[in-house]
Amino acid sequence: MAGSFEIQQRAVLHNLQQYESVYKAFSWEQARAELVGLPMNNGLNIAFEAIDRHAVGEEGNTVAIRWIRKDRSIKDFSYISLQHLSSRFANVLVSLGIKKGDRIFSLAGRIPELYITALGTLKTTAVFCPLFSVFGPEPVFQRLNRGDAKVLVTTRSLYEKKVRQLLDRLPMLQFVLLIDADAHIDSKVLSFPRLLEDAYEEFFIPPTGPEDPALLHFTSGTTGMPKGALHVHNAVLMHYITAKYVLDLQKGDTFWCTADPGWVTGTSYGIIAPLVCGVTNVIDEEEFDAVRWYSILEEHKVNVWYTAPTAIRRLMRMNIKPRSVYNLDRLRLICSVGEPLHAEAVIWGGETFGMPILDNWWQTETGGIMIANYPSMKVKPGSMGKPLPGVEAAIAAVSGSSIELITEPGKQGQLVLKKGWPSMFRSYLHDEERYNKCFRGDWYVTGDLAKKDADGYYWFVGRADDIIKTSGHMVGPFEVESTLMQHVSVAEAAVIGKPDPVIGEMVKAFIVLKPGFTGNEKVMLDIMGFARQKLGPAVAPKEIDFVNELPKTKSGKILRRLLKARELGLPEGDISTLE
Amino acid sequence: MTDEEIKHVVVELFKKIAPDTEPEKLAPDDDIRHTLEIDSFDALQFVVALDEHFGIETPEEDYGKIATMKNLIYYIQQKKTRLPT
Repeated sequence: MAGSFEIQQRAVLHNLQQYESVYKAFSWEQARAELVGLPMNNGLNIAFEAIDRHAVGEEGNTVAIRWIRKDRSIKDFSYISLQHLSSRFANVLVSLGIKKGDRIFSLAGRIPELYITALGTLKTTAVFCPLFSVFGPEPVFQRLNRGDAKVLVTTRSLYEKKVRQLLDRLPMLQFVLLIDADAHIDSKVLSFPRLLEDAYEEFFIPPTGPEDPALLHFTSGTTGMPKGALHVHNAVLMHYITAKYVLDLQKGDTFWCTADPGWVTGTSYGIIAPLVCGVTNVIDEEEFDAVRWYSILEEHKVNVWYTAPTAIRRLMRMNIKPRSVYNLDRLRLICSVGEPLHAEAVIWGGETFGMPILDNWWQTETGGIMIANYPSMKVKPGSMGKPLPGVEAAIAAVSGSSIELITEPGKQGQLVLKKGWPSMFRSYLHDEERYNKCFRGDWYVTGDLAKKDADGYYWFVGRADDIIKTSGHMVGPFEVESTLMQHVSVAEAAVIGKPDPVIGEMVKAFIVLKPGFTGNEKVMLDIMGFARQKLGPAVAPKEIDFVNELPKTKSGKILRRLLKARELGLPEGDISTLE
Repeated sequence: MTDEEIKHVVVELFKKIAPDTEPEKLAPDDDIRHTLEIDSFDALQFVVALDEHFGIETPEEDYGKIATMKNLIYYIQQKKTRLPT
């Protein structure tokens, strides 16, 4: 394992100063006491903790959201204005007949209406489910359908390109609210600004139990279509504690999480966590651009930056020394998530910014950061760090229904987490069997392989299944294969994650063509174009190879593992089950 | 090379990376990534193909300079006059 180094001491006193002692003394009851809770003992609501309590307190006029448009102009929303806007949207939902537990979806880029939708939905005790705007119509359909969407908030162009064609297949969908429509289109497709304008800016948040559903995030599995992981309002405890201990957010901070709310990081940390801490949350509408990002850090005096290895690797390719070009004096902490951050990137952070980049680990199902490096803890570059206070992690040998914890340092096994942290997913929507399969007794089995060293640091090894991690996002091979099979020329398809130096893994497809078709460039481009139209560029294959047959087990299951080994020129491993 | 010839090459390169798009319909000032709805990996692949075809080197810090077709053609012309192909 690589060497270690201490973080430079900075003027700020960290929220977590002594990891071991805080870990030992921690209790969730104590953490709960640091939040306010709804007035009159009415429970715990994420939106109240994020917005309303600050709006009526001393942070009322603090900028809650600083939105940077593509053209670099900005629009600020104070906690008070966000309280009014989200309350208006909550009233809109109530007037549309939305009830507790109903699912409200968004399909939009990083624009203010998305954040207003999220917070307003949470106020009503309906469930917010964000979709990635780069998804093609098929992933959008799968999620709206499986999530029983009642309302979708989107833009006119996304509606025209991706949603309108799906309406006949979505009988549950009652309303589509268009963010940029000046007038209602018909009784179903309505103007978001018109509705907002007509609504009251005060809203009484109904009693909210900590176990009431709040957020729905879809994630991919190896088999079957995406699974909807459901989280509850109590998750705000995890958002708060991780923002305090990992992101080290402090009064007066400006925070920037670069993740899109279409993915869980962009919701937990791009919307909720910074607002719960009462800081200023920067949102950039534009996609990654190295020069733009550095200048945003400078111009908006970002103190804490939460980003991803894909972006960090792009920045590492540049020939500039950022601190000699940009004034980054305010930046005191950089964290990373999405996929393991290699030791070189951690060290590069130390050399480039004067602070190592702190990696952390979690997944959609966990709802919040579970294992992390902390500003006050010695960093071992390449390690994901140690479990959050309140989270118990272990390495285990898992087979069938049994689980055996591994205590021997450095021995590889499944990373498992003890049930009971507040943001643990409470179900896969309509899929109890799959949910139950994730647990062995008291332990949640993450599907990630890892090791724990003698000092208690965790080290990521790889996935235990065939799920692809591309640009930090999970892609399920089955979802892609199902779409490829719909192409007129495709007889069989298998999809793997091919390692890529920038995006971690790229989606690669192996295709067996139907008789009468030849595997030439024209057919390849036609299949690729077809898949991109259906799935969108974030999910569709970036590379296609034609093969005569796919390796399968005797029972006919495609051996993606073998395809991957062949692609990488690695040993093929146990092939005793090969057909 | 004329601007039109460069545009033709650019369109062909995009069609190989994102065959579902219609790069020939890009207006000179359209934001390419936004209009074609390509992701950042597609954009990276495009720059690699562009560099290879024209024998130029486009560093990460210049990506913002090639966001539109007009700027992209200008950038390539500049590069080609400065660097031997």
